[in-house]
Amino acid sequence: MTDKLITAAIVVVGVPGVLIGYIWATEQVLRILPERRRPGVRPWLWMAPALAFLAIFLVYPMIGTAIHSLQDNAGKVFVGLDNYSWFFGSADALSSLKNNVLWLIFLTVFVVGFGLLVAVLVDRVRYESFAKSVIFIPLAVSMVAAGVIWLYMYQYKPPGTVQTGTLNAAIGVFGAGPIPWLQVQDFSVNTFMLIIVMAWMWTGFAMVIISAALKGINPELMEAARMDGATEWQVFRGIIFPLLVPTLVVVSTTMIITALKAFDIVYAMTGGNLNTNVIANQMYAEMFKFGQYGRASAIAVVLLVAIIPIMFFNIGRFRQQEAVR
Amino acid sequence: MTAGSAAIDQAGPKQGWFARNHIGIHTALIILMIIWAIPTLGLFINSFRPSTEAFGTGWWTAIFPPYQFTFDNYLHVLNQSNVGNAFLNSLFISIPATVIPIFVAAFAAYAFSWMEFPGRNILFVVVVGLLVVPLQATLIPVLGLFASWGIAGSFLAVWLAHTAYGLPFAVYLLRNFMGSLPREVFESAAIDGASPVTAFFRLALPMSVPAIAALAIFQFLFVWNDLLVSLIYLAVFNPDNLPMTVVIAGLISSTGQGLEFLGAAAFISMALPLIVFFGLQRYFVRGIVGGAVKG
Amino acid sequence: MARRFRWTLPLVVITLVMAACGTSSTGDNKTVTIIGTWTDAEQESFLAMVKPWEESSGFTVKYQGTRSINDILAAGIPTGVLPDLAGLPGPGQMADYVKAGALQPLDDVLDVATYKSETSPALVNLGQVEGKTYGVFIKAALKGLIFYNPALHDYSADAPATWDDLVSQGAANQGNAEALWCLGIESGDASGWPATDWIENILLRQSGPDVYNDWWAGKVKWTDPKIKAAFDLYMQVVGDSFGGGTNAVATKFQNAGDPLLASPPGCEFFEQASFMSGQGAFAAKKAGTDFNAFPFPAINADYAKAIEGAGDLFGMFHATEGAKSLMKYLVTADAQNIWVKRGGALSANKNASDYPDAFSKAQGEAVAAAEQFVFDGSDLMPSAMNAAFWSHMVSLTSGSETVDEALAALQVVADDAYKPAS
Repeated sequence: MTDKLITAAIVVVGVPGVLIGYIWATEQVLRILPERRRPGVRPWLWMAPALAFLAIFLVYPMIGTAIHSLQDNAGKVFVGLDNYSWFFGSADALSSLKNNVLWLIFLTVFVVGFGLLVAVLVDRVRYESFAKSVIFIPLAVSMVAAGVIWLYMYQYKPPGTVQTGTLNAAIGVFGAGPIPWLQVQDFSVNTFMLIIVMAWMWTGFAMVIISAALKGINPELMEAARMDGATEWQVFRGIIFPLLVPTLVVVSTTMIITALKAFDIVYAMTGGNLNTNVIANQMYAEMFKFGQYGRASAIAVVLLVAIIPIMFFNIGRFRQQEAVR
Repeated sequence: MTAGSAAIDQAGPKQGWFARNHIGIHTALIILMIIWAIPTLGLFINSFRPSTEAFGTGWWTAIFPPYQFTFDNYLHVLNQSNVGNAFLNSLFISIPATVIPIFVAAFAAYAFSWMEFPGRNILFVVVVGLLVVPLQATLIPVLGLFASWGIAGSFLAVWLAHTAYGLPFAVYLLRNFMGSLPREVFESAAIDGASPVTAFFRLALPMSVPAIAALAIFQFLFVWNDLLVSLIYLAVFNPDNLPMTVVIAGLISSTGQGLEFLGAAAFISMALPLIVFFGLQRYFVRGIVGGAVKG
Repeated sequence: MARRFRWTLPLVVITLVMAACGTSSTGDNKTVTIIGTWTDAEQESFLAMVKPWEESSGFTVKYQGTRSINDILAAGIPTGVLPDLAGLPGPGQMADYVKAGALQPLDDVLDVATYKSETSPALVNLGQVEGKTYGVFIKAALKGLIFYNPALHDYSADAPATWDDLVSQGAANQGNAEALWCLGIESGDASGWPATDWIENILLRQSGPDVYNDWWAGKVKWTDPKIKAAFDLYMQVVGDSFGGGTNAVATKFQNAGDPLLASPPGCEFFEQASFMSGQGAFAAKKAGTDFNAFPFPAINADYAKAIEGAGDLFGMFHATEGAKSLMKYLVTADAQNIWVKRGGALSANKNASDYPDAFSKAQGEAVAAAEQFVFDGSDLMPSAMNAAFWSHMVSLTSGSETVDEALAALQVVADDAYKPAS
């Protein structure tokens, strides 16, 4: 116990100290160099810790994964694109891909839409902190707890018995239902029910980031417009929204990637049954349950390739940002 | 801070339906809050009910008499043999695993937004693209590294791993925020002879406080709620270092008993992240950026 | 300030790294590290079981319970980060771990003659790979118990001996019960497993242990008429169940038996494993009086003596002195009796029979006396096959697939899953 407390004390003081000390030390190192060489070297020193972390813990495993995706399970025999043709040839994988497209579109639209709405609305009321907390709480819920929470929401009991699930009890008041929410495959209703759970959790995430950006907008800009007689809506359309666009791109990109990697909720609530499976869940099963490292690696590489277009869009966006600032 | 919001207050009702404190805004917001709160409220109420009640009847029936509330579920969770130790471990894991990536990411984000070097955009996109790397795909190779370094089972291993896993998003968010700061601020600082280190600590960092606060919350939450990473890197060599999430997952027995304790466990484990959120709320206010510019 | 910093910085780094590393200990010679699936009450029972050994041997056990044992071992096998002893997910994974060279043989560790005489041959065989013993069972469970509510009708004197008997007695004693069966197969990512138990229990009594064992080994096709017959009978059960298939898929297996104990009862019978007596509404009731159970009835008279069970496998990754000594101790009747006495488990050892009540004693004796004991077939399948079996049972039960569609799809999975590993 005591050595843990000593560790804690050292960490609390030491970690920031080391990190700040590192940057301070780089400037000392740069002094050795001739002045004109410094701007070329400096960024690399500033980025070095981040790049080192990423190289060791993400890039190195991904390179191994990419190699493994071309090999058999034991990692000995080169099998070419077999693992990829297995993936694109299996009906389960294609059903998962289709679900991931739904996740990608609807989770992103829902989270960014509601996140923006809430961030803008709370900016205009006095109980801002309270309102934000209410929307934020689901994000603090662990995935296991979220599974239980929505179990109580979606619960189904046979017709004629007392409904204990919130949704079925609510529609029961109007004489409808009960509906087995997680079993209805028409129009992918069950997948949407899972997306709703995730959106409920992540709206707070979008709200916090968008709200932070909103608070960063220079109030003088808005004041000037108001002085010119613009209505609040015009101020939002003309000034606030355009300034929020970069942040909305960040949140959207993050949510698209979150949707591609969606896993826990599906795993906890339906186990991917009844056509609700997603590719990340498949990858997990192939890797940790079925011992199919080759196939699991191929899926991971597919995920990586899938986001390349989004990344190019981001490059374009950052060029724009630099042009105008 | 006050100058801006006071001015908006004065803008008043003549500004139409989108104005501050308009009735439409209140209605919309309150409806949203109710929708968002109901699922959690259901679990909260059920966490105080005996399991036969919680699974047998809807949570709303508990609002009406006869009342059958109990603290048993909470007591069961708090009486788990190692819950105190696990709570401390969660803190030991989460605090450094939040602080380290924020600093590391802030340095990189500053370089990406305010230093010129060849290949900057491509490198940045590669960093952000790493967001998509599935965590599960890294577990085995990274565990191999930790084992060969001799740090498997230690807090250090989990700090390093969580730092790396959190970095792509942290760099992305901070670079977006720092990149949008006005150019004049840094130019005038450079003219005044401030070094990049000074500009970073005196200007970029304070002006990015809202983004850093947001980042701190998320990173803290993700680490606090993580089960898999800790389990893989700690469980074999040093189970005494495992966090709360492992204790909570252990409430469900191998044959599936114990579902009724999850609600209580969820609220116990949520308490601290929410305190962090409330604590950081005060940094989400207008004017921090403006204030720093003037200062 | 800057000057002072220059000296403190390296110092802080060094202390930090030392402090962080200092907390990592890989265990000394007097410690045995164990990872198992038992948590909470089960963990307490296991630790109680280990305690006398700790006291006599002077070793300490460092135990961690988690249901994610699959992930830990999957990551541990290629990296060598493994505990001394561990619970194993199933016989299939055990064979993989043996092939990877990670599991240690137990033939020189255990008192083999005694172990074999005290343990059901089926369980002994399941722990073997190519003639060597790698896994032992610490506790067992009996599958295919039919639970009933004595308040509706007491079957303790005249338990239905055959399936037809069960159906006719059920019709005669229905009283105010709404349906014949209770059924619930929801279990998160493992949803569907209670339905696979149903198929196994039916198949075993319809076609016997030989067909059963060939089936899980991939030697009988899913589309075989014998398999289809088992599925067809299961679909009848779904049709006769409380709330039908939709309700079965929506109901957690833990709470599936609750309507049996409700008033008026939702159903007359409920099939589950012996550990069900601690679940849902059963947990608060008294076994033997408030609820009771009889064995799964015979369907084909030739196979009346066959029963299905399951158990928790245990293996050794490091052959340290402590690990070997503990392993030897764990399979003894003395050790297993400790857990048995505390309740919640059936012993894998025939001589451990200090059950706390008549209900569990009856199940324990059934396991010990079984002439034809087979292990849970889905757990023995390759894990991809097992997962597909679970998943198709969900689709089938919910009505989104027909029996023929499900069997055809399962055969497609089998063609891939049983391929010899390359």
